[in-house]
Amino acid sequence: LQADLDCHHTSSAHLLSLPVFSSTAEEILSVLVPRLTDLTKSDCIWQRICWRLVECVPDRWMEAVVLGFVQRTPGADVLSRLLGNLVVKNKKAQFVVTQKLLLLQYCHTTAVLQNLLGYLSLDSLRRALLVKVLQELLETWGSSSAVKHSPLEQQQYISKAILICLSLLKEPEIQSCRQELLTSMMEGVKCHLDSSLPQIRRLGMIVAESISSKINTDGPVLKFQYEEDDEARELKSLLVQTPLLSVVPSRPDDGRNEKTDAALPLVLESNKKSHTAAPVMPEEESDAELDSDDDLIPYDMSEDKELKPKAPVYIRDCIEVLTGSEDVDKWEATVKALESLVRKNPAATREVSVELAKILLHLEEKTCIEGFVQLRQRAQVAVLTTDPIPVAKYLTSQFYSLNYSLCQRMDILDVLVLAAQELSCPKSHGKTKHTVAQKPCIQLLPGNDSSKDWRRIVDERIKSKTRRFATGQSRVELASGPNEFNSVAGHFFFPLIQHFDRPLTTFDLLGEDHFVLGRLVHTLAVLMYLAVNTVSWLSNRYVRQGLLSCVSSTLLSVPAERLLEDMTEELLETQSWLGDVVEKDPDGECRRLALQNLLLMENLKQKLKTIPS
Amino acid sequence: MALPPPDPQFVLRGTGAAVHALHFSCGDQEPDVPVLFSGSENGLIHVWNLKTHRVDTALDGHGRKSVYCVETIGGRNRLLSQGRDQRICLWDLAEGRTSVTDSVFTENVGFCRCSLLKVAEGRWLMAMAAKALEEVQVLELPSKTSVCTLKPEVGAKLGMPMCLKLWQLGCGSQPLLLAGYEDGSVVLWNLSTGKALSKLVCHQEPVMSLDFDSEKAKGISGSSEKVLSIWSLNEQQNLQVYKTHKLVNAGISDITIRPDKKILATAGWDHRIRIFGWKKLKPLAVLDYHTATVHSVSFSDHKNPSERLLAAGSKDHRISIWSIYTQT
Repeated sequence: LQADLDCHHTSSAHLLSLPVFSSTAEEILSVLVPRLTDLTKSDCIWQRICWRLVECVPDRWMEAVVLGFVQRTPGADVLSRLLGNLVVKNKKAQFVVTQKLLLLQYCHTTAVLQNLLGYLSLDSLRRALLVKVLQELLETWGSSSAVKHSPLEQQQYISKAILICLSLLKEPEIQSCRQELLTSMMEGVKCHLDSSLPQIRRLGMIVAESISSKINTDGPVLKFQYEEDDEARELKSLLVQTPLLSVVPSRPDDGRNEKTDAALPLVLESNKKSHTAAPVMPEEESDAELDSDDDLIPYDMSEDKELKPKAPVYIRDCIEVLTGSEDVDKWEATVKALESLVRKNPAATREVSVELAKILLHLEEKTCIEGFVQLRQRAQVAVLTTDPIPVAKYLTSQFYSLNYSLCQRMDILDVLVLAAQELSCPKSHGKTKHTVAQKPCIQLLPGNDSSKDWRRIVDERIKSKTRRFATGQSRVELASGPNEFNSVAGHFFFPLIQHFDRPLTTFDLLGEDHFVLGRLVHTLAVLMYLAVNTVSWLSNRYVRQGLLSCVSSTLLSVPAERLLEDMTEELLETQSWLGDVVEKDPDGECRRLALQNLLLMENLKQKLKTIPS
Repeated sequence: MALPPPDPQFVLRGTGAAVHALHFSCGDQEPDVPVLFSGSENGLIHVWNLKTHRVDTALDGHGRKSVYCVETIGGRNRLLSQGRDQRICLWDLAEGRTSVTDSVFTENVGFCRCSLLKVAEGRWLMAMAAKALEEVQVLELPSKTSVCTLKPEVGAKLGMPMCLKLWQLGCGSQPLLLAGYEDGSVVLWNLSTGKALSKLVCHQEPVMSLDFDSEKAKGISGSSEKVLSIWSLNEQQNLQVYKTHKLVNAGISDITIRPDKKILATAGWDHRIRIFGWKKLKPLAVLDYHTATVHSVSFSDHKNPSERLLAAGSKDHRISIWSIYTQT
């Protein structure tokens, strides 16, 4: 039974992680977590299954999974059942639990903190982490720059975490690090009392008192005087160890996030202070003066809303937003504005072109934007046409790299073709409309020696085909500028034909990913065509031979049915091109290869005819 | 049912560039027309006739570099202007003249507006950001002699001074300077000793503007973040935070308290002018007219309260003039 279960875990973990990372996480986890809670209640085998499951979650989704579990489990004991010693076994999970959720984020509720820290306390293997966490929290709490510059909410969060840790640690553990606790407390309380904000001062006092009470179990303890309001009482209650059983915490969500207005408590505090550390503030409430503010009647301010976030104006800001920003509105605005920004700022784009290309290649849809795929592709094309050589180098190198999805590889090919088209007809900058217009295309082609008939047919077909995976069709605008593609065509073409016959672990052009091979060949044909004026390398027979070999490989390796079904038109184009090569190509080897390919095609057709349908 | 906010009484167009500085001079009797001085990014200072709403004169004295501060120094015929050409110019505008009579080469390339304070008849103090990064220099005008240089202590890391306010409690008492710095702190300086009396960290971001009410010993500062900070000065001359006010949108370019200390206006990066009651910082109105950042706000010095105006200059090249809360 164990063996059976083991072999399914990796794939299940992947399955589990995929939805978690996407927007359906809520639904999945809200169903999954209670179910697992029930199953693992008494059944050890299910507990083990659950542990194996979370251990197999890939690193990049570990944070989302762990956070999801921590937020949804009703108590630390349930979390312990579900995660087991994940935090000890997995480095990423350990980082998320001991660093990220405690020191780098502060938006989570007190209940989440109690779950997390309670989970750490429930196993002897994990308790060592609890002590380490306390020391790190104290280091941050006591750092004078953190006290001066971190937001109030973050300091409150850390203070709460410290108090919970103190409640969970046993006496021997506390005594073992007594000296360090004392030192941190002394340093920290000084920074807090130096602060000009009364709330910070009070946080310092409460935490210091708590630490003092824990380390001086007999003898005098530190005692401050401060306002005993709800917040203070709530903080001090955390010091009392709550049972770690799964009782739904009765405290409502008091997790302060950045949106909380800190102004109000500040005003209340300033009026009622009574402790020694701060000077006395003027009492506003007992002002005998007539309040002349009341004479001033406010106007209607309901229209005063937050400004819609604008897209950044600088390319580098776009990069920042796309790679890190949590602000989804800004992200959306950036994605929409990126193409035009890139085109308006070619110099700035050239400075960061490869980085931008990388980001765009990996860009995933964060929110539901209409036409996201289009927007991304157009931005990529814009970047590529602005700085063709380095970006083409990057993209073609990534085409054959590990760990890309087929979709991404096809993306690369599409972008290369579109950019090549744009470069060869410079006036079409950003104006490729999605309308069908084939006839005008033929007459206004760039270059002037398209004397071969097959080229015209190919061109027509190519122009109608290159948008195959997108809606609509592209139209090449009037062109009368120089063909800019020629100078960079080599960078587009040669890297692509380099490795087509070498399979990688995740990408096998001649094997199961033959669909991409077909597209690759097509792409190469387009690139070749568009560089029509680069006489020098067109006449390079090695290039033509390479292309012909590609075609052979495609014909040989792709199942006939697939070829004839999905790529009928390409096959016809290729056939007429091959016919031309056989008749007119100056190079003997090319003629031979072309003939060979024609024969292969005939064979395929014959084969299919003979198979009863 | 609250009334919708008023529209501008009128709008001055024609600067042709972003407006960075405004100053009214309306206190004089007839036949002197009330005027508004404006400094623009194209280096010109326009003298607007508030009766005709047209430019009477354009002064070109900063080599086409942005003018970011204009003040009158002893009446409407003596103007002081500060520009990004690193110069502070003194103009003589009497009897139709438009000449620069004197100038100070500040050697400072920042944007910190200078501050003026009349200390005696014919004598002013002027505080300005100096050549060295964190320093503020105080000069006496018109003699241009240096009174003191205010240097923060080594390692204070205040950054550039961003805004200045010279004040004194009453005539004859010692002048003090409030300075807002790049690191978000406001420092109170004693000019006679050249030492800092108190420092308060009000903001996490640079202090963009501040104003101070010496009668109530209360001041207000705005920054590039979403918070307005109101602070007070106690008997020991220590600055303390009094309250903070969270804004809807981040970024304040300018703050000014009306001379009668009843209301104050803020110029926002979100294109809006906000009016608050000064006593309790009660939000009173949001004036949404401009289509770009508002760089400057200024209240007029009309003797007749009902004629009082508020002017706002924006990056959209326009100056809006408002008549608001004039009955109190």
